[in-house]
Amino acid sequence: MDVGVVGYGVYIPRYRIRVEEIAKVWGDDPESIKRGLLIEEKSVPAPDEDTATIAVEAARNALKQTGIDPHDIEAIYVGSESHPYAVKPTATIVAEAIEATPDLTAADYEFACKAGTVGIQTCMGAVEAGMIKYGMAIGADTAQSAPGDALEYTAAAGGCAFIVGKNGGNTLAAIDDTYSYTTDTPDFWRREMRSYPKHGGRFTGKPAYFKHVLAAANGLLRKLQLTSQDFAHVVFHQPNGKFPLLAAKELGFSKEQVALGLLTPKIGNTYSGSTMISLAAVLDQAKPDERILAVSYGSGAGSDAFSITVRDGIEGKRDAAPKVLDYVGQRVMIDYATYVKFRKLLVR
Amino acid sequence: MAVPRFWREIPNRYNLVGARCGNCNKVLFPPRYICPHCRRMGKLEPYRLKRRGKVLTYTVVHAAANGFEDQAPYVLAIVELEDGPRLTAQVTDCNTDEIKIGDEVEIVFRRMGEDGQDGVIYYGFKARRV
Ligand SMILES: [Zn+2]
Repeated sequence: MDVGVVGYGVYIPRYRIRVEEIAKVWGDDPESIKRGLLIEEKSVPAPDEDTATIAVEAARNALKQTGIDPHDIEAIYVGSESHPYAVKPTATIVAEAIEATPDLTAADYEFACKAGTVGIQTCMGAVEAGMIKYGMAIGADTAQSAPGDALEYTAAAGGCAFIVGKNGGNTLAAIDDTYSYTTDTPDFWRREMRSYPKHGGRFTGKPAYFKHVLAAANGLLRKLQLTSQDFAHVVFHQPNGKFPLLAAKELGFSKEQVALGLLTPKIGNTYSGSTMISLAAVLDQAKPDERILAVSYGSGAGSDAFSITVRDGIEGKRDAAPKVLDYVGQRVMIDYATYVKFRKLLVR
Repeated sequence: MAVPRFWREIPNRYNLVGARCGNCNKVLFPPRYICPHCRRMGKLEPYRLKRRGKVLTYTVVHAAANGFEDQAPYVLAIVELEDGPRLTAQVTDCNTDEIKIGDEVEIVFRRMGEDGQDGVIYYGFKARRV
């Protein structure tokens, strides 16, 4: 395909809670959780943050890399499972806050943790077809977890925006191709009007995450006639720190190829943000001509795989906005009491 | 707050769209219809202010405004923007002992409140230390 990334931007809230702080409350052994999930701490949104504010910060950061007129963004898709409204799009709020309105199309996407990468695919198609000049795809979440549930250790907040356009002078990476693998798999869900998701416990691993991630990755490699050796870096959706490492091993990738994009140990699972923020972390450091494999996963279930080749233009642009590691480093620890107050689980 | 008023003010609440006078070049925020310096000679045009400024003065609010109770104590500052105008804004992501006069801030997009559980969510600007 003749499309590429024109700019990308991330945002991660500054608050963090450690595994120890949560484990203390529920009588869990923090060491076994840290070892089992490969997680140390997770990001927590401030009381005045939600998926829309996180999406806006990421979108504004993406624009800083480009210098394009926001009115040339003719499509915005926001993927999330924590849209602030049940009915009323997040995408219009973002469009207004980056001054892209009114001559554009916009919508919210939902597909558990992969709704953001579906947005990238939509933008790729629309750009390739000549329908739009630039499209913006955002994955952002303030993930919900029931108190005491295993998800509480990982459900985090963050977002990432990608601006997609025709390959050319202003693209910093080419999107070579994409491939998706989708089945009806009830591994994780949330019913209407319910606050917290339910999940299938151990069922979330083999028949869900691994089956889809591996099939999408292998499908794309076959389609492009490439092997794991052709990629300098690989990123996977990161429900915890362990799954992406296992998926990488299964596909023949080394630890070094996974290293740059492995963020869940420090920020938790940012759901729709996860794969995209990890890809951004790789783009923050990758060298021109390096190839990156990125594979998202959304429960329910499906995976989108992308092959991306970094271009020379990246070096002049990626310093224009805060990088992933800047956000990872700017952190303020909170205790469990503050956490439940921030998450509005404690109401007076 | 009434929904129509909020909706009308979206450009200034989301994007700091004020006005600039083509006659004296002064930047006004919030926007006005008449330049207070040039009166009838003024030529006001919409102008998006840069989202940067510094703290002129601040106060720590303990008796919170309606809807902000759970954020107390919080910092409220008068910020002088790079473009000149001053505005009052909550300083978000800021413990009360972190703020100083002269701190550089950027204007960011945050939730300002909501009309209960069934009403609209109001978004707008707050300041954040950089
Ligand atoms: Zn004037």
